[in-house]
Amino acid sequence: MSDSEKKKPNRRDFIVTATTAAGAVGVGAVVWPLVDQMNPDASVKALASTEVDISAVEPGQSITVLWRGKPVFIKRRTQDEIDSARAVDLSELKHPEKDEDRAKNPEWLVMLGVCTHLGCVPLNDKGDYGAWFCPCHGSHYDTSGRIRKGPAPTNMEVPKYEFVNSNTIKIG
Amino acid sequence: MSDHEYTPKSKVGKWFNDRLPLLTLANHLTDYPTPKNLNYWWTFGGILTFCLITQIITGIVLGMHYVAHADLAFQSVEHIMRDVNYGWLIRYVHANGASMFFLAVYIHIFRSLYYGSYKSPREVIWIIGMLIYFLMMATAFMGYVLPWGQMSFWGATVITNLFSAIPLVGESITNWLWGGYSVDNPTLTRFFSLHYLFPFLILGLVVLHIWALHVPGNNNPIGIDIKKPSKDTVPFHPYIVIKDAFALLIFLLIFAFFVFFSPNILGHADNYIEANPLVTPAHIVPEWYLLPFYAILRSVPDKLLGVIAMFAAIFVLVILPWLDTSKVRSTVFRPIYKQFYWFLVADVLILGYVGAMPAEGLYLLIARVATAYYFAHFLIILPFLGLKEKTTPLPLSITEPVLGGSADMVMARNNSDFKEKL
Repeated sequence: MSDSEKKKPNRRDFIVTATTAAGAVGVGAVVWPLVDQMNPDASVKALASTEVDISAVEPGQSITVLWRGKPVFIKRRTQDEIDSARAVDLSELKHPEKDEDRAKNPEWLVMLGVCTHLGCVPLNDKGDYGAWFCPCHGSHYDTSGRIRKGPAPTNMEVPKYEFVNSNTIKIG
Repeated sequence: MSDHEYTPKSKVGKWFNDRLPLLTLANHLTDYPTPKNLNYWWTFGGILTFCLITQIITGIVLGMHYVAHADLAFQSVEHIMRDVNYGWLIRYVHANGASMFFLAVYIHIFRSLYYGSYKSPREVIWIIGMLIYFLMMATAFMGYVLPWGQMSFWGATVITNLFSAIPLVGESITNWLWGGYSVDNPTLTRFFSLHYLFPFLILGLVVLHIWALHVPGNNNPIGIDIKKPSKDTVPFHPYIVIKDAFALLIFLLIFAFFVFFSPNILGHADNYIEANPLVTPAHIVPEWYLLPFYAILRSVPDKLLGVIAMFAAIFVLVILPWLDTSKVRSTVFRPIYKQFYWFLVADVLILGYVGAMPAEGLYLLIARVATAYYFAHFLIILPFLGLKEKTTPLPLSITEPVLGGSADMVMARNNSDFKEKL
């Protein structure tokens, strides 16, 4: 084969390229179902929201419910707790978030009870801020669930939730 | 086998290869000389390897979602079909994959029977192949039990009860197999465990099968030895790789047809009813690939002898290299054996058909005749035919029939069979 012929794509080059391209699409189409089967399935997604009756929760009391396999803290805060959460200057915070944004209804704080460090469940009414303390690696959270001291990088996450009526919260 | 010593070009390659000669192995597999007259019946080895890998991969995935418990298994299979992302696809590929695996293995076995690939010096390849086949049947049977439908349950009951035919210890053996006094949860969990294990045993045997193949090299359609060094061979890559890939593609079209257009046609509707130990389905049959042996089992009117006949039907295949006394490998040069070969194919198909029919009246009679013929083929016809048959002249080499020349070749070319094959 001479040099000039080598440079010009011929019919064989076309066939090789087309076959490789079609093969790549085919392999992708086979691999994707094998990967996707490990994603949350329809029965898991069907449990994506949960409704909680909060009528029996007294001020100062906290309940823990299971949502998507994780604990969710629902705390009915006292006026003192609300005031102390709202009085904090944002510049003091590692992960600045206003309490007003975290608790739309100031009396009720709803958040994932999962420490943002490595996933342990923090203990209630413990730690330097009289709110939550994670026993695994010593993260202290305040009455708004914000990280104040310790290795955790961010505040405890507030999930999507809404008040269906004054006695019921729908999480998810 | 490649005769030359292989040395990797790169320094790193050489360093690695001196410590673990993987590159030498890769080079051997690439250059492996294959007879240049291999036809498409020789592509089923590659197809079968593909089938095994497919079953293992889809099986591992199904194992992530399946629950091996008598109360949960049936539900978990429905969960796979309805909830798991692409679960329906993966399960249908696995279920139909078993059928495609057997389809390919039967073609592979009958290829071997036609071209005498089981004969010296390839007896060990054949015996390992038969072990693989036997493990495949065991694996498929146990896999069919796992969905815990009616056919699963009653198929397991019938097959495990085969062992109760053994005198004196039969009952103890069945109780041991079941882990109880009937097929129940302990049976299901051990079947799941073994169903997961056996494919890896098969994989190991496949490696031995290929290793044993690469010692004498491939048989070929005219069944004569390759002259080395000669123009009789082509390197495995790219010639056979491309040919195998093309055949695999055609095979996949058929596979995909079953998976996407009639995924349940090879199964039984009864298996979508959850197992019920109190009610047996009216008509109970195994999967299609086991039907010939099922027909042999039922054609013998004695429990123990029926079981013996069924296992003997497999064992007779194992000792085939010593039952066939003919030194000529390829059926192309054996005009009388050729007819008996096709009788055997028809006989096995008939056994398969009557195996699916009720064991009564004419069906039973046909099954008995076909069973008798099956054993006669291997135990009477093959040993005697090999001694008596006048075979047509063999060509001197694979290349020679093409180039022509010798007197033998003229005779060979006058043979109409031979022309067909070229």
